[in-house]
Amino acid sequence: MSKLKSMIPDGPLEEKWNNHKNSVKLVSPANKNKLDIIVVGTGLSGSAAASTLGELGYNVKSFCFQDSPRRAHSVAAQGGMNAAKNYKNDGDSVYRLFKDIIKGGDYRAREAYVYRAAQVSNQSIDQLVAAGVPFAREYSGYLDNRSFGGVQVSRTFYAKGQTGQQCLLGAYSGLNRQIARGKVTMYTRRDMLDVVIVDGKARGIITRNLVSGEIERHSAHAVVLATGGYSTIYYLSTLAVGSNASAAWAAHRKGAFFANPSFVQIHPTSLPQLNDFQAKLTLMSESLRNDGRIWVPKKKGDTRHPNEIKEDERDYYLERRYPAFGNLVPRDVASRAAKERCDAGYGVGETGLSVYLDFSDSIARHGKETIKSRYENLFEMYQKITGIDPYNEPMRIYPAGHYTMGGLWVDYNLMTTIPGLFAIGESNFSDHGANRLGAGSLMQCAGDGYFILPVTIGNYLADEIKTPRISADISEFREAEQAAREKLQNLMAIKGTQTVNSFHRRLGRIMWDYCGMVKNEEGLKKAMKMLAGLKKEFWSDLRIPGTMDEINQELERAVRVADFFELGQLMCQDALSREESCGAHFREESQTPEGETQRIDSRFSYVSAWEYREKDKKHVLHKEELTFENVEIQERSYK
Amino acid sequence: MEFNLKIWRQKDARSQGGFIDYNLKGVSGEMSFLEMIDYLNKTLIEGGEEPVAFEHDCREGICGSCSLYINGRPHGPEDLIATCELRMTRFKDGDTIVIEPWRAKSFPVLKDLIVDRYAFDKIMQAGGFISVNTGAAPEANSIPVSKEAADEAYDAAICIGCGACVAACKNSSAMLFVAAKVSQLSLLPQGKAETAKRARAMVEKMDELGFGSCTNTTACETECPKGISMAHIARLNREFLLAGLKS
Repeated sequence: MSKLKSMIPDGPLEEKWNNHKNSVKLVSPANKNKLDIIVVGTGLSGSAAASTLGELGYNVKSFCFQDSPRRAHSVAAQGGMNAAKNYKNDGDSVYRLFKDIIKGGDYRAREAYVYRAAQVSNQSIDQLVAAGVPFAREYSGYLDNRSFGGVQVSRTFYAKGQTGQQCLLGAYSGLNRQIARGKVTMYTRRDMLDVVIVDGKARGIITRNLVSGEIERHSAHAVVLATGGYSTIYYLSTLAVGSNASAAWAAHRKGAFFANPSFVQIHPTSLPQLNDFQAKLTLMSESLRNDGRIWVPKKKGDTRHPNEIKEDERDYYLERRYPAFGNLVPRDVASRAAKERCDAGYGVGETGLSVYLDFSDSIARHGKETIKSRYENLFEMYQKITGIDPYNEPMRIYPAGHYTMGGLWVDYNLMTTIPGLFAIGESNFSDHGANRLGAGSLMQCAGDGYFILPVTIGNYLADEIKTPRISADISEFREAEQAAREKLQNLMAIKGTQTVNSFHRRLGRIMWDYCGMVKNEEGLKKAMKMLAGLKKEFWSDLRIPGTMDEINQELERAVRVADFFELGQLMCQDALSREESCGAHFREESQTPEGETQRIDSRFSYVSAWEYREKDKKHVLHKEELTFENVEIQERSYK
Repeated sequence: MEFNLKIWRQKDARSQGGFIDYNLKGVSGEMSFLEMIDYLNKTLIEGGEEPVAFEHDCREGICGSCSLYINGRPHGPEDLIATCELRMTRFKDGDTIVIEPWRAKSFPVLKDLIVDRYAFDKIMQAGGFISVNTGAAPEANSIPVSKEAADEAYDAAICIGCGACVAACKNSSAMLFVAAKVSQLSLLPQGKAETAKRARAMVEKMDELGFGSCTNTTACETECPKGISMAHIARLNREFLLAGLKS
């Protein structure tokens, strides 16, 4: 059994990262030029990493499945990016940001990682501002901040409701500069099918050129995955429909442990599902909860127009249950509270599966213009989709699958259990424990990509300076290419009757019902059986038209859904093994009398890291114990 | 609802394409336009035919993947939205809907409704950045930016790179796309130092890649899903002229 070495440096918490930076091995400029690095994914973390590594002098090959790196899903992050600048002088600090993330994650993240993420957050803001990101400003010309779910300070930097787009484009511009310099070679429209291991080290990847269909080999001294999250497993989620787990899953099958796979954040403020044809759920930034009040009617099945329901007939259930944080409780708490009200029969809308998010009080207090300046594009988006004007009538919202805290297990150097294979951004599991706080995703992605990985990967590569350029014409690459081709051929050969989407929809429903917001033993076991049955049907009745040697979007989807069947099983297995509730992971068997999450620290204060064993096709659980020396472990109360 | 769809089908970049007619029944008014095509594709696949290839990803108007010419307009009949935000309620039962890919020399068709827009990335690579290395940035608040400048820069920065401006332009000019980036970065003190070089490099690259010239028809501004203003083209022209004077 391989032991998990988290490689956390010695010393006091606040000194660890500096100590580490001072002690890691360096690669001289002349040697960097001889080293190749593959970066898969061009979201905020991938673009930031690729450009920074290019600046340092490494030869970088960057890959994305989209037609342009600028379209990676970081582009859709709305609300903002946290940093511990304390510009508002409201008592914020690196330590407080660290503490909020640890608490928000319900004490299921490593202290040293989270502290480092908080430390580098300030540099990330500096960097993005310098790159030309037009963050919101005050009239003085200085940067503005706002508050965000789950915290009591204002530390969120934002660019209206399109912060992710602006941060990503900032990183993308740096990437373009390195492409122009010839230090980054860009490969667009490529799906990564496998990672190639040579003598126990990651040395390259196998890709499919999505235009020509060609299966390609790419080699390097190290491989970085920045391939995002996987809540598209629910079919309907807030993610871009192309987001997928296949690159991470390929790495997992080759030996990279997958950590906390069942930790999925269900976002409380998405638009509710309208019909059965729907392809995705649109996110409404949680920043709306700063000025919006969430309520349902006090009367069951009240079908009156919301504006006709008087103040004393409304149940502002978050304010009622959580007076200290009110509408700003963390996402998991808000999501479950909405589900609780809807399940109890108080939900609104045709399906009864939504709640109101009401701005009338804020508009009365601050004026329409102020609210408009804060949320204009979100209000417009809502009106475009629903035809309802949120300035005059409350929005209707419901929770949706959103961010995956789980991901590839990494050590302090962001390296997976495969030497030379790194994972950054949402694709790793590192910072957010069992629940991510709002505006924490961009923070982690920028930190990983700009400031952490470029240091830690050097420590690994310092031992590789004598390794000549890796040839892709060796047996390991040929075999991996052949295996990837066979997998695609097997999918093409099914020639059944049903579309990929029809399978994905059913798979998503199973995951949503039994491994979503609320889980229990019986349901999880049932889901695993249902998944196995559906997987069998998939592999015998899938229809993919066309051929492998052309643009074939059905084939692209089929590969992703085939992997989701396996990941879904592991998510259920992980959820089953964690017989406690923590953060977004809610096991019905483990709740307080008030229906809140009940952690069981004595048994579950660990990271679950799953190993895939090829020889018996089984998953083995490894536990990385978590210790807390710098925060007091508390019941995570927002009351 | 029922629709008569005329859709551009083209096997690959080398093949000739043409319109194919499809009659599609059972469309719900609640569907988005792309969900309607998903539904068409489902019926095509189940009927043993090849689905229509088209680009899409975020489906909320921010990634810029979708790129359909609908009834002669980029992103369809409604202003200020991308194709993925268009809803079928906008059409009447029995309507004929013509769906084409972007038409522009610099955006060759790869298959059906998919075009290659990498030329946009090449323009960005020519100068659409501020040359600051990671780690070299000063403290963020050491560079005050007036709210007006920041807001105006933001209004230019929200370009999603979809290419509707090029598709709308009779000359297939990429001026609005280039202007949005030049304008954003020249409005900010961080980006000012490189403005002249940037404007020249990006415009030259645009010309080299075969995009046409701007004749101020304002078609780009009308069709831009993000409402990016032609005023940015004026700023680009000014910066470009100044760049010429300086060189």
